Amino acid sequence: MKSALLVALLAAAAPAVAAPTAITGATILTARGESVIEDGTLIFDNGRITAIGKQLPVPAGATVIDGKGRILTPGIIAAATDLGISEVGAVRETNDSGARASAFSAALDVATAINPRSLHIAISRMAGVTRAAALPDAGNNIFAGQGALISLGVGGPTLTRARAIQYMEMGETGGRIAGGSRPAAWAQLANMLAEAQRLALNPAGFDRGQDTGALTKRLDAEALAPVLDGRQSLFVHANRASDISELLKLKAKYPAIRPVLVGAREAWLVAADIARAGVPVITHSLYDLPDSFESLASTRNNIGHLQAAGVVVAIAPLGGVGGTTPVNLPGYAGNAVAQASVPGGKGLTRGQALAAITANPARILGLTDTGTLEVGKRADLVLWDGDPLELMSAPVAVWIDGAAQPMTSRQTDLAARYKALGRTDLPLQYPR
Amino acid sequence: MRSMLLMGVAGLVLATSALAKDKPKELAPPPPPPEVVRPPKDPWPSQYKPYPAQTTVIRGATIYDGAGKRIDGGMIRLEGGRIAEIGGSVTIPAGAKLIDATGKYVTAGIIDIHSHLGVYPSPGVDAHSDGNEATSPARPEVWAEHSVWPQDPGFSRALAGGITALHVLPGSANLFGGRGTTLKPVYGRSVQEMKFPGAPYSLKMACGENPKRVYGNRNQLPATRMGNIAYARQLWSDATAYKRRWDDYTRRAEAGTAKPSDAPRRELALETLTGVLNGEILVQNHCYRADEMGNVISMSREFGYKVTAFHHAVESYKIADMLKAEGICSAMWADWYGFKMESFDGIRENIALVNAAGACAIVHSDDENGIQRLNQEAAKAMAAGRRLGFAITPELAWTWLSLNPAKGLGIGDRTGSLEPGKAADVVLWSAEPFSVYARPMNVWIDGALMYDWADPKRRPTADFELGQPGVGEVK
Repeated sequence: MKSALLVALLAAAAPAVAAPTAITGATILTARGESVIEDGTLIFDNGRITAIGKQLPVPAGATVIDGKGRILTPGIIAAATDLGISEVGAVRETNDSGARASAFSAALDVATAINPRSLHIAISRMAGVTRAAALPDAGNNIFAGQGALISLGVGGPTLTRARAIQYMEMGETGGRIAGGSRPAAWAQLANMLAEAQRLALNPAGFDRGQDTGALTKRLDAEALAPVLDGRQSLFVHANRASDISELLKLKAKYPAIRPVLVGAREAWLVAADIARAGVPVITHSLYDLPDSFESLASTRNNIGHLQAAGVVVAIAPLGGVGGTTPVNLPGYAGNAVAQASVPGGKGLTRGQALAAITANPARILGLTDTGTLEVGKRADLVLWDGDPLELMSAPVAVWIDGAAQPMTSRQTDLAARYKALGRTDLPLQYPR
Repeated sequence: MRSMLLMGVAGLVLATSALAKDKPKELAPPPPPPEVVRPPKDPWPSQYKPYPAQTTVIRGATIYDGAGKRIDGGMIRLEGGRIAEIGGSVTIPAGAKLIDATGKYVTAGIIDIHSHLGVYPSPGVDAHSDGNEATSPARPEVWAEHSVWPQDPGFSRALAGGITALHVLPGSANLFGGRGTTLKPVYGRSVQEMKFPGAPYSLKMACGENPKRVYGNRNQLPATRMGNIAYARQLWSDATAYKRRWDDYTRRAEAGTAKPSDAPRRELALETLTGVLNGEILVQNHCYRADEMGNVISMSREFGYKVTAFHHAVESYKIADMLKAEGICSAMWADWYGFKMESFDGIRENIALVNAAGACAIVHSDDENGIQRLNQEAAKAMAAGRRLGFAITPELAWTWLSLNPAKGLGIGDRTGSLEPGKAADVVLWSAEPFSVYARPMNVWIDGALMYDWADPKRRPTADFELGQPGVGEVK
């Protein structure tokens, strides 16, 4: 069965745009509400979904993928990662996430560093991750730089959108970077945004004449213009409820700004305020320890409370939980469902949990043409061998922009090499 | 060592009775036994006392017993803090608490062989950083238990994840990190009140990048992997000499030819290593790469000690046959990889490949979050193994979480599986425990109900969290 499917996929892969492909007989989870289409058909052509419904007629000449007994979902979207910009975290020269010694901050653009051949992209892709935000780490300024939206697809363009996000640190980390306190971080924020405004109003006069003495470099001030006018969203890493409340006031002063809270461990304490401000949240479902003084109220109920308050929530592979990777996003979503089963627990429904790793991150990242299964959207698809949120399930096929993706990685190569350890006439490092 | 001592005593008895036969009437009172100074084996003993246990019978559950057996629709009786009976049907004594677990699952409690709870507690502020005595590459004299903060909120989270015992280790900055100790996630006012009674100590060792990075950055030995091994070999040589001094003194003292003041000075660092050479202290060796595990095995042969388990052993799959032959366990993550150079070759099939080779596989956490969900880590490992073609049953995979770590900690005769006479360390799950939707409903430790998801009075709150934001909220 699997090999037959693979053959079909390989056949489909070569002429990805030449003929429509129909996936038939699958249980389709569209990531829109709790919608489930049993015995569903999804047809895509030219990289876009052209039809979706129960037992649809298959167009003549279409490549047919038998999805019977499988579950079809949108591709997973990882809303905050270092995919493509860091190969081995602890090997400095392979890691382009942060630049502590750089003279620049907001201007740093990770799009210049994206490596589509990163082994983590291949590993994440075969786990069903189709798009991601690659975000920088803050160096010596609270503004870390500009993140990019990437496709994990082989062959196609890796960059979906450069400079989509400005990432910044507030809270304890922001305070430390800015000189040692939260007020220092707020002063740096206020000053840089003010200087960016002055530059936008009068580029020729920036840091000249009466305006001399700007602390912000011209390139960094220029990079903050799209933050101020809302073309670029501003991801703010903050955890303490009071930090979040303070950030919600930013919109009063800068009405066009589009903040997104990242981390947000104590967000549930001010969930109604966040909902009223229309600010989305990107967090992890497994934060439940008071591992810092800005996360004393950490609980796995956080996401459930936020969802109930009407906040758009995405689950992302954020730090602070050991071993976190994009590969495990479905499991993190499944844990949010389990949390609802605990007496006193607040969690997500299965539909909400799937949306938290597909539709919601797409919405937060401004990826309007992916994240759900709808006609006209990108054919970013994952066909699973079981409940996609279950730990033991895995994709049997992945499509990105309609192109079938390879289901191998350096890890599968290693496993194949060492599956049989017996000594033969040559070392294991020779082909067998 | 011990048998030599017994032979000596027997020889003395024979000589005495021969004398008695010749001159029965002139038998003098036996001389007082010579005074022999011996370093104390357990100077900081456990003060843990199990909490009151109610006789409890669980029926209707699917049981994974932790030793590789599965019972469908099974029953189990916990009595007097122990597993009294398990099977398709058990006696229900009058007055026993009866739990209908139809559709639910019962397992042996999860044992984490690698934790830093208490030594790197939450909140993780500098003032709480007590896991690495990184002042010398060799600090076998330090004991993790002397750093443990018994009020770490992490203990409550681990308990709620089905943990019934955990091994707290020093960190891996040093080649010789110090002694590790086995605890129960039962809050105490001192660490002694949490110690697993009678559990042997471990010696935490580390190879690879951490020691050479920490000390190389200070321009001192070891700055390389060869430096790691050289430093460790010298210390094992020193320990061998120290052990020889003590053995020699002990022989002479027992023969009455050495005074107590002749006893060598106790050197706490070498005393720990002597415990390893005597087989009383188990070596838990942080080691990622297969080739480095090979080096450590050679070193252990040179100096005559045994490695009990390699931890973070992301490359065990490359030498699983060798590890089986050596009888060394691998304590592993399900899928951590790629974050440092020595983890570059980590694969999700590692645990399954070790298991398939017949070697001892253990799922460990090394993480205050991971310890809460070791069942989920095992699920991922089992799934990866099945995709590679291995038939791994859930009841077999549960041995990675309970009996194998129990054996790796030297407590496999007391816990780790649901067998009559063993401690009633038991978890009742809301669903199949390898499902992402499953959560522990009840956790019993020594038969006492220490966690109940439905009863706030059976859910502990660490001192630190009292009166803080979020207290009382389900975590």
